[in-house]
Amino acid sequence: MSDIYLDNNATTKVDHAVVDVMIPYFLEQYGNPSSIHKFADGVARGIKRARQQVQELIGAEHDSEIIFTSCGTESNSTAILSAIKAQPNKKEIITTTVEHPAILSLCDALEKDGYTIHRMPVDKAGRLNVESYKKLLSDQVAIVSVMWANNETGTIFPVQELAQLAHDAGVMFHTDAVQAVGKIPMMLQDTKIDMLSLSGHKLHAPKGIGVLYLRRGTRYRPLLRGGHQERGRRAGTENTASIVGLGKACELALAHIEYENTQVKAMRDRLERGIIEQIPHCFVTGDLYNRLPNTTDIAFEYIEGEAILMLLNKAGIAASSGSACTSGSLEPSHVMRAMDIPYTAAHGTIRFSFSRYNSMHEVDEVLKVMPGVVATLRKLSPYWEGDGPVVNPEQAFKPTYA
Amino acid sequence: MWDYSDKVKEHFFNPKNAGAVPDANAIGEVGSISCGDALRLTLKVDDDSEVILDAGFQTFGCGSAIASSSVLTEIIKGMTIDDALKVTNQDIADQLEGLPPEKMHCSVMGREALQAAIANYRGEEWADDHEEGALICKCFAIDAVMIEEMVWANKLRTVEDVTNFTKAGGGCASCHEDIEAILEKVLAEKGEKFDPEAPAVTKKPAVAEVKGPLTNLQRIKKIEEVLESLRPALMADGGDVELVEVMGNTAYVNMTGACNGCQMAAMTIAGIQQRLMEVMGEFIKVVPASEMKKLVNIEVA
Repeated sequence: MSDIYLDNNATTKVDHAVVDVMIPYFLEQYGNPSSIHKFADGVARGIKRARQQVQELIGAEHDSEIIFTSCGTESNSTAILSAIKAQPNKKEIITTTVEHPAILSLCDALEKDGYTIHRMPVDKAGRLNVESYKKLLSDQVAIVSVMWANNETGTIFPVQELAQLAHDAGVMFHTDAVQAVGKIPMMLQDTKIDMLSLSGHKLHAPKGIGVLYLRRGTRYRPLLRGGHQERGRRAGTENTASIVGLGKACELALAHIEYENTQVKAMRDRLERGIIEQIPHCFVTGDLYNRLPNTTDIAFEYIEGEAILMLLNKAGIAASSGSACTSGSLEPSHVMRAMDIPYTAAHGTIRFSFSRYNSMHEVDEVLKVMPGVVATLRKLSPYWEGDGPVVNPEQAFKPTYA
Repeated sequence: MWDYSDKVKEHFFNPKNAGAVPDANAIGEVGSISCGDALRLTLKVDDDSEVILDAGFQTFGCGSAIASSSVLTEIIKGMTIDDALKVTNQDIADQLEGLPPEKMHCSVMGREALQAAIANYRGEEWADDHEEGALICKCFAIDAVMIEEMVWANKLRTVEDVTNFTKAGGGCASCHEDIEAILEKVLAEKGEKFDPEAPAVTKKPAVAEVKGPLTNLQRIKKIEEVLESLRPALMADGGDVELVEVMGNTAYVNMTGACNGCQMAAMTIAGIQQRLMEVMGEFIKVVPASEMKKLVNIEVA
């Protein structure tokens, strides 16, 4: 059996068709798009085509609203730093507790510089409270940044509604959509979203290429100044091969968006149901009825995620975990903590994330392996005895914590 | 994925002594907040000889926590409890052929479970004597709590102070921003302000009297001293090191005896370089003397 890759929210395999369109830009059309000779001849056209392919996938009104960057993180930083630089009198930022570190770490740093950061909490299913969001909006807020979909649970936030509310209050709205783009349909021209970040490597393009969508007319200050590339909004010689690759990947994503929401979703659902039926004491985290079609995050109680991953890896299955151990940090994932998942479960969360390259056959293979993996580790766990958790687990085992 | 040694993997995939010892008369239960790991260690101790006849573990935790628990039970079986108390967390890590710095606390947890179990056998109450914080310095495995305590206790004011007292920040230096944040926080609690330009309150050991950069003579003497202190360890492995030349901040050395041609020579040289930098507080490059010829040739050319 070949290895099974179920970690597509971390990164994806580059599509063959994407690699194919990229190669000529390394070997033949390697000229600088700013140059006037035949080595650069087709490059500007290639970039223009890619810009349109991205535009089409996200439903932007103009292709000039697409700015190529080096990654999702750069797009996020550019968006937020642009908003505060363009509006120096506004000293507040609204975001959520479950954003990616690309947003949270930046906000932590801005807090030290004197900004007030409103980090909206989520409920146990990972949902935001729109009423309390409305109360935060004011003319003091420079920007709202809310992710379109959460990377760990796949929970989708109502960003279109939130963007409309921000717009009505005269506040700029940014969304980190790196997990959502290509997995759910979007039509940005019908929304009030001012800025959106996406990342190539989450949708079968290479790593090192991203996009900032910038609605026409949005006040903007570049992060990188220099040459006239990207109409002066992001200086630096274009990463031509990757831009062209991202364009192709967007075209393919658009062509597969129905497949993603039917076939890929069916694989996810089958795995999820199979695990819940076969394995006692586990549960799915996040908003079950409002999720990305490819993601499931399951908490296995009384065991720890990294140990699960090591056994899965031995069986040729790749997934990821919200446990502290996998990152070397102190706490289980901030997303699990924000949802108030108990520690004994939060440390045992495993995320399976699918792509169109997976198959039902792979789902069945994982379902064969998973019960044994969990049982093996529970046999070692002080919270477990025989076929179930010890009576009153929290009472029966009370370690002295260091 | 962590870069675990084969030994860690071996103990994780095939743990020894998993499960509770049925008629245990010593039980230790400890946890480490980092990683959320927790361990119950059960021992059967012979009341006359105080020899540990059997040991079993139950662990909620990651791969290295399970491996540390497993190897601990193997180490202590057959020991008297007095000898077992001498087992350090480093012994556990060594038996596992090393642990990543972020995972050293797993070995600490093992040792603490052992102490707790023996205290339980003797009818004593075991209290943990240290708290663990977020790992700050990955080169020397120093956590935030340790740094904070040192800053409080010793009135430290600069990153350099912290490095002198705890070693934190003395390696790759990428944690200096985090150390500054800790200084800012603690000094603010004391009603003071962190000033990155402030002179260090501490002095560097030994070479601190030297104002400004070392003279060449001082540097050579110091390098000799450090090499002298490392020599016994090298000789124990049948090798030796001699200083051939010092040019600027580059020290040319000859690895002799068993060190000569040994696969580990490069690592040993890196270790010597690290030690020299720690003691001298400046960048030193250690290069095998065989490289010197090339340099001379370049100069001649």
